[in-house]
Amino acid sequence: MNALFVLYASPLLGTLVLALFGHRPVGRNINVGFSLISFAAAAVLTVQIVEHGPLHAFDRQFFIDPLNVFLVALTALVGLTTALFSRPYMRVEEDHGRMTPGRMRLYHSLYQLFVFTMLLALTTNNLGILWVAMEAATLATVLLVSIYRTPASLEAAWKYFILCGVGIAQALFGTILLYLAASRVLGAGIDALLWTQLDQVKTALNPGIMSLAFVFLLLGYGTKVGLVPVHNWLPDAHAEGPTPISAVLSGLLLNVALYAVLRCKVLTDGALQSRFAGDLLVGFGLLSVVTAAFFLFRQKDVKRMFAYSSIEHMGLMTFAFGLGGPVANFAGLLHMTVHSLVKSAIFFAVGHAAQKAGTQIMDDIRGLLRSNPVVGWGLMAGTLAILGMPPFGVFASEFLILTTAMQQLPWATPLLLLALGVAFAAVFSRVHPMVFGNTELKRLPHPPAIVPVFVHLALGLMLGFYIPSYLTAWYEQAAKLIGG
Amino acid sequence: MDFDGLIPQLLNLFASAMLILAFAMLSQRRILRLIHLFTLQGLSVVGATLVVAWVTGQHHLYFSAALTLLLKAILIPWLLHKLIDRLNVRWDIETLLNIPTMMLVGIVLVIIAFNLAGPISQLSGSIARGTLGIALACVLLSFMMMITRAKAIPQVIGFLAMENALFFAATAATYGMPMVVELGIALDVLVGILILGVFMFQIREQFDSLDIRHLEKLKED
Repeated sequence: MNALFVLYASPLLGTLVLALFGHRPVGRNINVGFSLISFAAAAVLTVQIVEHGPLHAFDRQFFIDPLNVFLVALTALVGLTTALFSRPYMRVEEDHGRMTPGRMRLYHSLYQLFVFTMLLALTTNNLGILWVAMEAATLATVLLVSIYRTPASLEAAWKYFILCGVGIAQALFGTILLYLAASRVLGAGIDALLWTQLDQVKTALNPGIMSLAFVFLLLGYGTKVGLVPVHNWLPDAHAEGPTPISAVLSGLLLNVALYAVLRCKVLTDGALQSRFAGDLLVGFGLLSVVTAAFFLFRQKDVKRMFAYSSIEHMGLMTFAFGLGGPVANFAGLLHMTVHSLVKSAIFFAVGHAAQKAGTQIMDDIRGLLRSNPVVGWGLMAGTLAILGMPPFGVFASEFLILTTAMQQLPWATPLLLLALGVAFAAVFSRVHPMVFGNTELKRLPHPPAIVPVFVHLALGLMLGFYIPSYLTAWYEQAAKLIGG
Repeated sequence: MDFDGLIPQLLNLFASAMLILAFAMLSQRRILRLIHLFTLQGLSVVGATLVVAWVTGQHHLYFSAALTLLLKAILIPWLLHKLIDRLNVRWDIETLLNIPTMMLVGIVLVIIAFNLAGPISQLSGSIARGTLGIALACVLLSFMMMITRAKAIPQVIGFLAMENALFFAATAATYGMPMVVELGIALDVLVGILILGVFMFQIREQFDSLDIRHLEKLKED
């Protein structure tokens, strides 16, 4: 309860404090400080949930169970490491004149607000508030994407705002339909939107309304997950915003959106007693994996390429949750964790590399190993990890997803293998010359943030061959909650 | 006077006003008139909410009607007027291609919406049976308006009209969402429009125009 309070208070207070002092050099450290407090609160909360089981708070308006507590912990962790990464990164941006003190203040303040909206979306029990928090997360990030005020970044932010706005409006319609179905069972009022209440009566919800509601919810939140064909905002927003924001968008926001879809799927499954929701997820997931893999080949901008890689991996998770069952859900959750960690590590490395080369065009970034070996190795290791090389965790989760697919949907397996193969060829052939190869570039004026990169990669590596028993138990509980 | 027959009719009147306004917005070329139409649409939502509130005796609906009036019929139109004055686009006329085709596509969308919402309206016990279909039709029409517009402000108005339609759906089908949620949605809409306002100045500063066609550089080649 107290940990939960700190979890909300810390980023909110951070937003206010940084709105006042974010432009000063000390703002960078304040940002890290508040992120650290949030992370500590999330850690305490996690221990409490692991020991005592699910928790209701504030008159059932908030609800923590094994499914969301693991995402809360992940969000707080990546929020902290990204804050650490953004210290040297943003100093260089200031030196280059791309960030002014005013923009730094906006950046720091909105960063904390963004973390707050994600934590709120994850922990709220009210599906209406979930929607409000998701929309607020969009609003908080849209000005971050356009923070450089370049034509390309304005375009990206406009696209992001309009597409996600439309998407999230569909989700609101879905929520209204859900409330319509729920109020017939639970009566009007706030109870009819509480997930825990709905979960108890899910079999009584009207199947007709629920199936239509799920279609709208999936389209709506799916826009934010980056599912093809409603993914168009994602590569632009990732490529044109500052790199720390790309890292949190990819590593966290997409997860939160997928989490929202999963919560709705549980209710829909209960109401329909069929594989309708699962089949939709399988379809969208497969389409996203295959489409994104082929788009990877055409990219010239390094952040854009890894943004497409995020679409591919979100598709893979969606596919896994669509298959359902304990093994696929376990694999999906594991993949969620490892993808967050590894992808944000890659963005950290890419951020330093692009800053050094002064461009995000891959053909112009060469010889990282010569000019900055640590960043070079970080990028190489991260790339191998995200492409599913053993012993990294992505390999384990992809292996589990593929084997489950072989049993349940044999025809999908060759498609997935093909897509993963194409993705490997596309990404590896681009990253290899960036890391090896020759360069005459100078070192960066400020030492890069190496710790976040390797902490993430080490965790990703650990999850590849050893998952601690409490973590396994936790994943299994969460996988059971998703059902399917 | 037969109130039982009158009330659903009154509600249907507001609903059809919304639908007609959605079509009118689809074909309106002048930005200023578009804002007037949007204001009228907001007023229809307020009217519909008041009718539902009066029939069902749910007090929180009066509050949400007041909120809608303040936000959708006064504050946002006022902000939009200020915006077009400051940006000096008050008298702008947009060239729209093929208004008859757009109308026809719009009619198809309405039919689709009614088909989708039909089975659900049967189940909805509320006084507003047909209105869910109309609300969905308005959502789709606003969506279409956003797709077909090339200028920033009409796109935003399309977005806000969609929000209006959703709000109408919530009132008509479910007698309004719980108050906390409604307040949250209202806050998001307000913050959204403020951010969009900031955005338009940034876009203008960069491109000397509010034409979204300038924003099509980031394409896959």
